[in-house]
Amino acid sequence: MAKALAAGDITSVALTQVHLDRITSVDTDVHAFLFVDTQGALAQAAAVDAKRAAGEKLSPLAGVPLALKDVMTQKNVPTTAGSKILEGWRPPYDSTVVTNLRANDIVILGKTNMDEFAMGSSTENSAYGPTHNPWDLTRIPGGSGGGSSAALAAFEAPLAIGTDTGGSIRQPAAVTGTVGVKPTYGAVSRFGLIAFSSSLDQAGPCARNVLDAALLHEAIAGYDARDSTSINAPVPQVVNAAKSGDVKGMKIGVVKELNGDGYQSGVRIRFEESLELLAKAGAEIVEVSAPNFEYALAAYYLIAPSECSSNLARFDAMRYGLRVGDGEGASAESVMNLTRKAGFGREVKRRIILGTYALSSGYYDAYYGSAQKVRTLITQDFDKAFQKCDVMVSPTCPTTAFKIGEKSNDPIAMYLNDIATIPVNMAGIGGMSLPAGLAPEDGLPVGFQIMAPAMADQRMYLVGAALEAALLTKWGAPLLSKIPELRGK
Amino acid sequence: MSSLSRDDVANLARLARIQMSEEELVSLSHEFTVILDAVARVQEVASADVEPTSHPLPLRNVFRPDVVLPSLSTSEALSGAPAQEESRFRVPQILGEE
Repeated sequence: MAKALAAGDITSVALTQVHLDRITSVDTDVHAFLFVDTQGALAQAAAVDAKRAAGEKLSPLAGVPLALKDVMTQKNVPTTAGSKILEGWRPPYDSTVVTNLRANDIVILGKTNMDEFAMGSSTENSAYGPTHNPWDLTRIPGGSGGGSSAALAAFEAPLAIGTDTGGSIRQPAAVTGTVGVKPTYGAVSRFGLIAFSSSLDQAGPCARNVLDAALLHEAIAGYDARDSTSINAPVPQVVNAAKSGDVKGMKIGVVKELNGDGYQSGVRIRFEESLELLAKAGAEIVEVSAPNFEYALAAYYLIAPSECSSNLARFDAMRYGLRVGDGEGASAESVMNLTRKAGFGREVKRRIILGTYALSSGYYDAYYGSAQKVRTLITQDFDKAFQKCDVMVSPTCPTTAFKIGEKSNDPIAMYLNDIATIPVNMAGIGGMSLPAGLAPEDGLPVGFQIMAPAMADQRMYLVGAALEAALLTKWGAPLLSKIPELRGK
Repeated sequence: MSSLSRDDVANLARLARIQMSEEELVSLSHEFTVILDAVARVQEVASADVEPTSHPLPLRNVFRPDVVLPSLSTSEALSGAPAQEESRFRVPQILGEE
């Protein structure tokens, strides 16, 4: 698309309109979008076309449309984070990610659906109803960024932004046959990202192939003085890596603990097949061990709720968002109680209460304090393993997409989805998921996860590009060409 | 085995400023019995000699120069306010009756 735009074969306005039409025709079935900014997108596209006509030098992705996860603020555009407590809110400022997208002339089509405040693995926790997986509309598109992944798979947008706290970019990518990257923590600014768990949250690119993800990665990453946890160092050369895909001599470490029991057979078949292809491409496959990963899930479900119980205290009905129960003689406390009762969904309440408990005096050391120690042990596991290999790999998820409603009443079963993605967030390193094929038993996409040390994000793109090229040769066409046709309107 | 009673959950909900129905309090107290058992596993390996990690980056006190930068106007800052009065946020009564 970028090439056709640069060559003048198509205008950004025409390209944007094609995607808006596609959204109109299929999104009643998919429900990837919470808000479609038709006017804003077309105006931005027209501005890019004018710049190009005037001969201005433009960024590689200039004029290409994108779907933005609704957790990112965009000035004057409704931003809800999937919650009723922010229904109708139009932020008075742009997040840094949006500022960077605008600087690269990337056209923002609208805001995508997500689990409320990014808490979930299925997008069923959205206050605005679930998103449906384009591979099978009765199944989940992953979460929390299910809207972004579904928009890519349904050809409603060629690029999307996600955020990943425990796997919310990678798991949706895995179950929809798309590519999703969680960069190193601090690589992309969190300014304007509505906070869930500040020490784990990281925005990143979602796309249909590795090179597109790399181009978007370079567009949004970089130091930002408005995020005190932003890394002040050059952005790794991920585009060059994605173009090269040379893995000769690279050591790829298979995580012993993230395979085997609990992993669906088709997931294991595709994972093994990918390893063979990488070996053929010249990489050396070694086994590495990370004994403390089995505690990652437990630690995550203490750390993330603890941080969220603090972060979500800002929704107090005073300065923005919903206010319930205001009136003559009503106290601030009763207004807060009633607003948060009405504005938060079940999972959000569950996590706030759990976090409040884990941080309370008398239980702090046993729960939050112990979880922090596990975080140290997981980071040490990664450090040791990376002495033996350049990247680590695993299946992204234990299973393919499950049915909508199948796990919504069992929080523990739902949490287990993220067993392979969470360690990456705990250590603040990079993780990528790309399609490894379809599971033979159910014909649904399987994800392959690549993990790289902090600030070595380019290694994920090297390996991702090599595997993608080998699989493309094997398949003869991209995986998404096998997706069933959406009937639309 | 850890567990939380209905009254424990009610106290936490009060601290978190979320009003809850009787049904929510009871069902959450049941769910927490299962969830706390699962997360308590962290105690198996969290021995005294392990340093805690609160954050992936070894940062401490990040400062910026004390320079005035453009910021939101009053009307922008108030644009999402549930209620306002004389260019200020109007909030419910905070202090008790005098």
